[in-house]
Amino acid sequence: MKILFPFFAVILLVLLAVVGVKGANLHFLFGVVVPYAAVFTFIIGVIYRVLKWAKSPVPFSIATTCGQQKTLPWIKQDKLENPSSTLHVIGRMALEVLLFRSLFRNLKGELKDSSRLIYGSDKWLWLAGIAFHYSFLIVLLRHIRLFAEPTPSYLHLLETFDGFLQIGIPRLFMTGVILLAAVTFLFLRRLYIPQVRYISLAADYFPLFLIIGIATTGILMRYFFKTDVVGVKELTMGLVSLSPVIPEGVGAIFYVHLLLVSTLFAYFPFSKLMHMGGVFLSPTRNLTANSREYRRINPWNYPVKVHTYEEYEEEFRDKMKMAEIPVEKE
Amino acid sequence: MAKFTAKPVDLLKINFKTPKTDWMDTPVNIREHMYCHPAKAKDLETVGFPNIHEWRPADDNWNLPEDWKEIVINGIKERLQKYRSFHVFMDICVRCGACADKCHFYLGTGDPKNMPVLRAELLRSVYRKYFTAGGKIFGKTAGARELTEDVLKELWYYFYQCTECRRCSVFCPYGIDTAEITMMARELTNLLGLQLGWIGGPVAACYMKGNHLGLEPHTIKSNIEMMLDDIETITGIRINPTFNRKGAEILFVTPSGDLFAMPGIYTCMGYLMLFHELGLDYTWSTYASEGGNFGFFTSNEMAKRLNYKIYAEAKRLGVKWILGGECGHMWRVLHQYMDTWNGPADFLEVPKSPITGTVFDNAKSTKMTHISEFTADLIKHGKLKLDKSRNDHLKVTFHDSCNTSRGMGLLEEPRYIIKNVCNHFYEMPENTIREKTFCCGSGTGLNASENMELRMRGGLPRANAVKYVRDQYGVNMLANICAIDRATLSASMDYWVPGVGVAGVSELVANALVMKGEKERTTDLRGEPLPGKEGAE
Repeated sequence: MKILFPFFAVILLVLLAVVGVKGANLHFLFGVVVPYAAVFTFIIGVIYRVLKWAKSPVPFSIATTCGQQKTLPWIKQDKLENPSSTLHVIGRMALEVLLFRSLFRNLKGELKDSSRLIYGSDKWLWLAGIAFHYSFLIVLLRHIRLFAEPTPSYLHLLETFDGFLQIGIPRLFMTGVILLAAVTFLFLRRLYIPQVRYISLAADYFPLFLIIGIATTGILMRYFFKTDVVGVKELTMGLVSLSPVIPEGVGAIFYVHLLLVSTLFAYFPFSKLMHMGGVFLSPTRNLTANSREYRRINPWNYPVKVHTYEEYEEEFRDKMKMAEIPVEKE
Repeated sequence: MAKFTAKPVDLLKINFKTPKTDWMDTPVNIREHMYCHPAKAKDLETVGFPNIHEWRPADDNWNLPEDWKEIVINGIKERLQKYRSFHVFMDICVRCGACADKCHFYLGTGDPKNMPVLRAELLRSVYRKYFTAGGKIFGKTAGARELTEDVLKELWYYFYQCTECRRCSVFCPYGIDTAEITMMARELTNLLGLQLGWIGGPVAACYMKGNHLGLEPHTIKSNIEMMLDDIETITGIRINPTFNRKGAEILFVTPSGDLFAMPGIYTCMGYLMLFHELGLDYTWSTYASEGGNFGFFTSNEMAKRLNYKIYAEAKRLGVKWILGGECGHMWRVLHQYMDTWNGPADFLEVPKSPITGTVFDNAKSTKMTHISEFTADLIKHGKLKLDKSRNDHLKVTFHDSCNTSRGMGLLEEPRYIIKNVCNHFYEMPENTIREKTFCCGSGTGLNASENMELRMRGGLPRANAVKYVRDQYGVNMLANICAIDRATLSASMDYWVPGVGVAGVSELVANALVMKGEKERTTDLRGEPLPGKEGAE
């Protein structure tokens, strides 16, 4: 159910686009209305979610310290793992966001022969994660070509790099293949590692299927169906210049691709994909750990009922005097 | 309750297979030896906790207040608004599973609900149902579920199988810290009066008497005097510490566990001997006689109420700064919370070692320095005369406490000290120390006796790493800087790795410390003959 439901949801989306365009001629709906609505939902949704998080304060200094603290001058501080200045935090966050530093630490813990726990390095998830996110980013950047006229020169550079293998016509872009391979790995891993499968929700499979669909239709369009790129660009330029047009001759598969992408955009703010924004707001990573050096203010700090020394002495005065412990009142 | 009799070999038959049924459809099985008894009503009354009532974990009916569901939902809402950590961590988990085999309770039980990700999902599913559009509309498909009594029991059972050690948060790509989630869940159970005896009791004792063990002022003094007798026997030196003395330069605060039971008292003897040798102008307090904070395991507010005493007493006594003893969660609280709660401590001065002149700038706001920082500085400046050979009967390894490593980063100081007072020091495997250290298995108030199976299972990863160095190098002493460790690791060593003792670092320091005017020592602080002095008495 957790797998089938999102799988059929994606199939349904595919069929919806095909039938909508081929059968019902709803080109304008799928080519203009839905993408606009999706992008609008994405932008408003992401802003709303981030603001909502930001509204909750960070009352305490709760950095997870993963290295030596700042202490005596002759003990070397691990500035990136136990940051004591904003600069250190920026470094720590850069490692986290750009290189997935914490995931790189990953270990596999196993009980051998019912007697020994052993921990081996396990970087596959990190590798797949890096491959997936970076190839997705480059694929996304490559699509800028469809929204800019003339094509910016840095895109040529990017494409040269991405297609350096010089295979086929049109030239094979590595990132498309890596993206599909990585996302497939992430799906299979979720399916085959029993523990990961056990914790997985429909909400974990849905974006995977969506992205598999997006990458597949993208690859099909570029290498196999040879979609009318000029027509597509006419449509995308229309969208971005807010004067939408529906060109003739763009195949249904493009509309499938577009609907899946639109769904991903619209779904984004309501889903775990918000980890993209959330990682920046994670208090265990983005705070300095110098909480004895600088006082952190809790905006909702309030006075609490305490047991004062006077009350304490009142109760124990005689015993304290007997034990020759000094008291305030004789 | 039947006595816990399972042998280590039985506990090692851990089943890591996932159940056939989905976790939401697998009802909680509240199992003997895995949970703690409820708190006594009178203890909860002492501190004014809400909804105090009679209940037993194994019963079907927990006698919950009528509006319990509303209390929990409102409680979640309030905490989402107060803590960004909680709010963000409810939303951004992608369930990658990187945290799963990082948890000592998961490694020791194989229970999938002990995977940090699933532990958090237990609460996230409720959050989704009541606080997200997707959860409200799509229900179970969106990973949401109704809050029922069974769900509440499950939350209670599993959030008291987490020791807030934060090991998972080291490995999480978004830094999701289960400790934050467990704290919130425990606050929710506390709102319903579902507190543990082993937590409620110490909290009430600490509130009224100043320390978790409920030691009254004269008892604190007499306990320490007994240690002084032992010190005199061993060294020939009579020490005269002061209590509640106004005008002392330094207030010393340590967990009360150090005042009471073995092997904690040896650590305490270590402090006494060190301070005497230095001629330190310091005082003990019977009012602020607890460095630890079991309130931290009930609610943020209670933790603040208990913590209040430290600054209040420092102010009353007019000391310049505060020195803190060896304890794990105590230092998480002191390092990351105390100043925010009860500061600013502007009536104190930046800690400065009167012996070396070192100014502890890293504590310039909180004004509280860790004994390991203090001691390491003394050794570095050559202020201590040390005879390492007095620890030659010990082959030592060091256990980083969860909180001093992942909530502070005190990693090198204790190691530096140990290397200077012991000739034989061996590290455990690198994936089990420093920021990757494993919990003793009994932190956050879970160090009761009725939950011994849980404790031994949770303690397995740590014990297993000790076993490795015992077998490899003949290690016979597990050094640490935590009072809870000293109590709980002793039990888990006896169970998993017999023959390995447990000692505070300050005990090892005092063994090696050559004191002015001491007689020739023939035993260590425990009364064990020193190497080469066997049969001297």
